[in-house]
Amino acid sequence: MAGWTRHQGLGVGLPFENIDTDQLIPARFMSAPRSEGYGKFLLHDLRHDGDGAAIPDFPLDDPAATGASILVARRNFGGGSSREAAVYALVDGGFRVVIAPSFGDIFAGNAVNNGLLPARVTEADADALLAAMPGDLAIDLDRCTVTAGNVVIDFEIDPVWRTKLINGWDDIDLTRAHEREIRDFIAARRAARPWAWPREVGA
Amino acid sequence: MSAPLTLFDKIWQAHEIHAREDGASLLFVDRHFVHEGSHHAFRKLAERGQGVAQPDLTFGVADHYVPTRGRGKDHAATTIADPAIARMVSTLEENAGKHGFRLFGLDDPRQGIVHVVGPEQGLTLPGLVINCGDSHTSTHGAFGAFGFGIGATEVAHVLATQTIWQKKPARMRIRFEGKLAPGVAAKDMALAWIARLGTDGGRGAAIEYAGSAVRALSMEGRMTLCNLSIEGGARCGMVAPDATTFAYLEDRPFAPQGTAREQALADWAELVSDPDATFEREVVIDAQDIAPIVTWGTSPEDALPITESVPDPARAGSASEAERIRAALDYMDLRPGMKLSEIAVDQVFIGSCTNARIEDLRAAAAVLAGRRAQVPGLVSPGSSLVKAQAEAEGLDRIFTEAGLEWVAAGCSMCVGMNGDIVAPGKRCASTTNRNFRGRQGPGARTHLMSPIMVAAAAVTGHLADVRPMLAGRL
Ligand code: SF4
Repeated sequence: MAGWTRHQGLGVGLPFENIDTDQLIPARFMSAPRSEGYGKFLLHDLRHDGDGAAIPDFPLDDPAATGASILVARRNFGGGSSREAAVYALVDGGFRVVIAPSFGDIFAGNAVNNGLLPARVTEADADALLAAMPGDLAIDLDRCTVTAGNVVIDFEIDPVWRTKLINGWDDIDLTRAHEREIRDFIAARRAARPWAWPREVGA
Repeated sequence: MSAPLTLFDKIWQAHEIHAREDGASLLFVDRHFVHEGSHHAFRKLAERGQGVAQPDLTFGVADHYVPTRGRGKDHAATTIADPAIARMVSTLEENAGKHGFRLFGLDDPRQGIVHVVGPEQGLTLPGLVINCGDSHTSTHGAFGAFGFGIGATEVAHVLATQTIWQKKPARMRIRFEGKLAPGVAAKDMALAWIARLGTDGGRGAAIEYAGSAVRALSMEGRMTLCNLSIEGGARCGMVAPDATTFAYLEDRPFAPQGTAREQALADWAELVSDPDATFEREVVIDAQDIAPIVTWGTSPEDALPITESVPDPARAGSASEAERIRAALDYMDLRPGMKLSEIAVDQVFIGSCTNARIEDLRAAAAVLAGRRAQVPGLVSPGSSLVKAQAEAEGLDRIFTEAGLEWVAAGCSMCVGMNGDIVAPGKRCASTTNRNFRGRQGPGARTHLMSPIMVAAAAVTGHLADVRPMLAGRL
């Protein structure tokens, strides 16, 4: 995965709280292989009625928001299920950044693992940004800022996640460097706490 | 003297392989549970040409996609009618075979929901780090373990390395002091704190549940409480192990026995927060003030005692809150100000990793015995062993005689992905953990509550206070 530091793109507002991962991608779509592209499942049941017809005036389907790559939402975005498919739907749908006052914990970690930035802003800043959407935004991961016109807003992100996004790190590659430590750790733990290794009775 | 530590600190320290300068730590993972939904992770592993590092610490369970009906004695994945679902289950079987880890598959008498099976089999133990690609892995914290859900990229990482990178979460303690009133259960404790602090009230934190009301809970109750930690935004929830925990683990198939158990018990005795350990956040809740709770909206924080009324957006604290309440009431088709006990339901569901263990089924059956359900409903035990136990106790007959359907074990109607769904526009009183829009199927309306409260809704046909129905029964 490629790292990145700056991103300039069109922002779109989704002015709701608690957009959980079941909304981001309903469970019934998750058996599809990723190669199909998950963008078409993004927020499917909020965007379509029971017969599959598009719901008019849904913010993401506003012609003025075509090609948006930055999503602005309200608190507790991505709460709920650990499904990484929620992030696939956003990424395959063209998004690089989500801005909200708070995020589901597992969602935010999944986002970073896929190069998607979960940027935390205050409720007031989220409201101000929402009022300006759709509109052009510039994200700077070095300075942790969102720029809208001549307004600059600070966002927060855990430093570990920030470094990971900037470098495009892959955890499995990073962990390889610790193979020896892991082996030693396992040997020591197994000697000190043999009960922690499962052994089936009678097996 | 070393600094006082919390229970969480002790588990963290015992698993830290490497602490990176930026604050991320590499932790050892003692147990890794996978299910059909882990297919993205196995594909990532295959793409890298990598195998499973520690198959003896990896356990597979078929639960999310499995049908709960038409399962015979020797059914295989190939007998599943829906081809997409059959493919999911057989992919898991193939991966178990290829990588050599133990699978509790569709034809295994121990099959069930991953968070029910792990504890039941004694795979979940105090002091362990436990991962699964499922957010309700927090359930395992009931044993004094650090159990947390992870995404597919992390699942692939654990498979490949048996480790995980983590930033140390903030420590939070929620103490429930005093005694629960009759008819109030662990589910009500969980919904009570989430209603009070919000769905991001425990954001990213490691919660330790403590206090006399928690100590008094059975293991089943503690699992329900820890299960819902994720609905309050926490990374995990945990309860310090004690005599209740140790008794539960005695003679479980994979739990340590003999001298191993003695050694384990000595280690487990250390798993408590030191008396002067500090928590970044501490919340105290009076257990006796908690009433049976139901949710009215589309988020677990939308929860109120059954004696109250549907909130009025006109009285909301802020414009965005008013908007949120209005949208939730619109989806749920409810009037502001109507009494919660006036809400008529179309069906009920008893099941899921939150509330489908034997104690939950016994409690619901105690309310349903000799009564008729006014609406249809489904009862899906948390595991095939819970099913067998319930049948041995005659609970299945109580459910079917009340007019409810008794089906096989799995995630069932908790999540609209295995064929058990709530039809569009229908309203369900449910023992599950998420009342999100469409969680139980597109357009489904879900009200969360405890098993006995679902039983009360079944008997009356509307949300109802179970307490008057309990006389002489619980
Ligand atoms: S029962 Fe529901 S919440 Fe529990 S593991 Fe299954 S789908 Fe997840």
